[in-house]
Amino acid sequence: MLDYTFQYGQIWPYLPRLIDGAYLALEIAFLSFCGGLLIGTANASLLSFGPQWIAKPIQAFVVFFTNTPQLVQIYFLYFALPDAGILLSSYAAVLIGMTLNAGAYLTEIQRAGFSTRRQSEMEAAIVLGFSRWQQIRYVILPHIARVLFPPLSNHFIIMTLGTSMAAIFGVEELTGQALNINSITFRSLEIFSVVAALYIAITLLASLALGLLGSLLFRTKLRVI
Amino acid sequence: MVIIWRSALHHLVIKDLSAHYGTVQVLDSINLEIARGEVVGLMGPSGSGKSSILRVLTGLTPLSAGSVSLNGEVINYSSAESVRNMRERSAIVFQQYNLFQNMTALENVTIAPVKIRNRDPEEVEAEARALLSKVGLTDQISRYPDQLSGGQQQRVAIARALALKPEILLLDEITAALDPELVSDVLDTIRALASEGMTMIIVSHEMGFMREVSHRIAFMAQGNIIECGKAEQIFNSPREARTREFVSKILKH
Amino acid sequence: MMAQLIQEAPRFFTYYNLLFLAQAVGTTIALSAIGCLFGLLFGCLISVVRLTEKPWLAPLRWIALLFTEFFRRVPFLVTLMLIFFVFQLSGANLPLFVVASLSVTLIASAFLAEIIRAGLLSIHRNQWDAATAMNFGLIQTIRFVVLPQAWKMILPPAFGFFVMFIKDTALASQIGVIELTFAGKVLNNKGFSAILVFGTILILYFAVSYPLSRYGHYLEKRLAPSRH
Repeated sequence: MLDYTFQYGQIWPYLPRLIDGAYLALEIAFLSFCGGLLIGTANASLLSFGPQWIAKPIQAFVVFFTNTPQLVQIYFLYFALPDAGILLSSYAAVLIGMTLNAGAYLTEIQRAGFSTRRQSEMEAAIVLGFSRWQQIRYVILPHIARVLFPPLSNHFIIMTLGTSMAAIFGVEELTGQALNINSITFRSLEIFSVVAALYIAITLLASLALGLLGSLLFRTKLRVI
Repeated sequence: MVIIWRSALHHLVIKDLSAHYGTVQVLDSINLEIARGEVVGLMGPSGSGKSSILRVLTGLTPLSAGSVSLNGEVINYSSAESVRNMRERSAIVFQQYNLFQNMTALENVTIAPVKIRNRDPEEVEAEARALLSKVGLTDQISRYPDQLSGGQQQRVAIARALALKPEILLLDEITAALDPELVSDVLDTIRALASEGMTMIIVSHEMGFMREVSHRIAFMAQGNIIECGKAEQIFNSPREARTREFVSKILKH
Repeated sequence: MMAQLIQEAPRFFTYYNLLFLAQAVGTTIALSAIGCLFGLLFGCLISVVRLTEKPWLAPLRWIALLFTEFFRRVPFLVTLMLIFFVFQLSGANLPLFVVASLSVTLIASAFLAEIIRAGLLSIHRNQWDAATAMNFGLIQTIRFVVLPQAWKMILPPAFGFFVMFIKDTALASQIGVIELTFAGKVLNNKGFSAILVFGTILILYFAVSYPLSRYGHYLEKRLAPSRH
């Protein structure tokens, strides 16, 4: 098809840098996921149990961040905030942008999870004489956690892939390292195919780890048929 | 002459039939010969393989050993052609009715003859209306399955099977999911078919009905046919201990 | 700062800049529409291939599985770069828009294939059994029985994907397609303030995406409890 000889030999020496990049990608994904989880949990709790007036601003936040591209949001943080006197490093801009974005999506995911309460279980708990706190501790929370775990782990995988846009701002995560190495060796196809394989590897590892964690924490979910 | 006699005697021959779900053996070397126009009842505790026989016959569950022959011809279940031929000659009615939820009762009955067998739609529709009224449904034919009662759905499923003009009808616990007051309607329909000479294999828990309508009953346990004989013999003087135990438990109710 | 923006606004919102932005919005919408339309088409095909059971189709099933897993586990940006470099090195002098269209189609196909497959598999086994026992082939079963029931399951998540996808096309700016994000960079480089430029770009994306996501939520609500 192509008149092109693959020379993977030329890029092997750079493999450690790619691995460092993969590590940084996971770090960014993890930090912004945690930050997003915090925002999302706070928002979803306020939406479900908080005062009426707070719903509007939270919904505005969610609607804005889920309907505009993360890339342009980070552009805004990185290029526009300095005009207002706030100077962010590229790493900080990416981290803040991804955290806010995750916060919006995780608000939506968790709000949906909060609204699936099982009436029969609640009634059983009330009949058994559980106090309000015991109902939350033994019935509501375990149920919500079980319902939320799969969509949350799914979003973590999406975010891991999303970290690649940090490269656009010069962060040297996996894609950023690839761009650097490309400008040294010009073996674009080799580098980007190896990088693609590394992304597949880290997301598969993450999926596997999360799957195991899920089956460990929520054993009941594993029952087949 | 001999050939005609043989095929007249053995409509369906099941020989050493075995099947597995994963590593679990559900059928273990089943032998059963069914004559044309004969009604055979399959009886036994749940998990004994009754329904599996029907699923294997229609090719929904693969067999792992043995053979099935229809009119003296062995069905090759790894050949799409051969399976298609078997499915053209037989029809199955499922325990859960399995009506297509996106179609009205009438559409459920006409879809396969029209779309799969490419028959004339008007002719098929006339037949379908006749079949539906035969099973006691006239006003409800443009309703969707979830607007019909269980008994009505089950009768639509029977009409749908009959619209295929099968030589052999396979009935899988067709009254198990019905309220008691609906059972008799469905059983009347089957009774009528039996008297018309349709070859049938019936899996059921309705012992009184099985006794009345079946020419022979096979008692199954753990994937085996333990014994097979006339209904009277199975119920009144079972030869095997396991059959006796099962029958006595059932008759206590 | 506010005063500065107000002062700059008339210089920014000129006829030519607005025309430039309108074309960029058009490119963003075109890229998204191409991806979603062809993605829906190929996604259907791939999901049907994955549901086949004939032994001789096994290689095709494997290819379909690898295809969906690859494009769902490699970042959009990396896929875009890979395809961009393949075309660059092959010497095929295709317009960047075509390269980007091809990339978005591949990615959308993979994601929509999974959404469609999940929808088809959500239809109860007994519907498939009944169709099979009556000699329906796979295509006939899907066409007459499964899809008429499954589209209600497929449409809401597919709409969710479309909304995500419009935003993902922003990455096409990185290979030089003049869509909305690229237009923002161009205007910013021309010296307009970043707040004004990227603020406008954000609002334009919002204007495209929000109606679609509202419609998606509406569909979800409407389709969930209905029957036929």
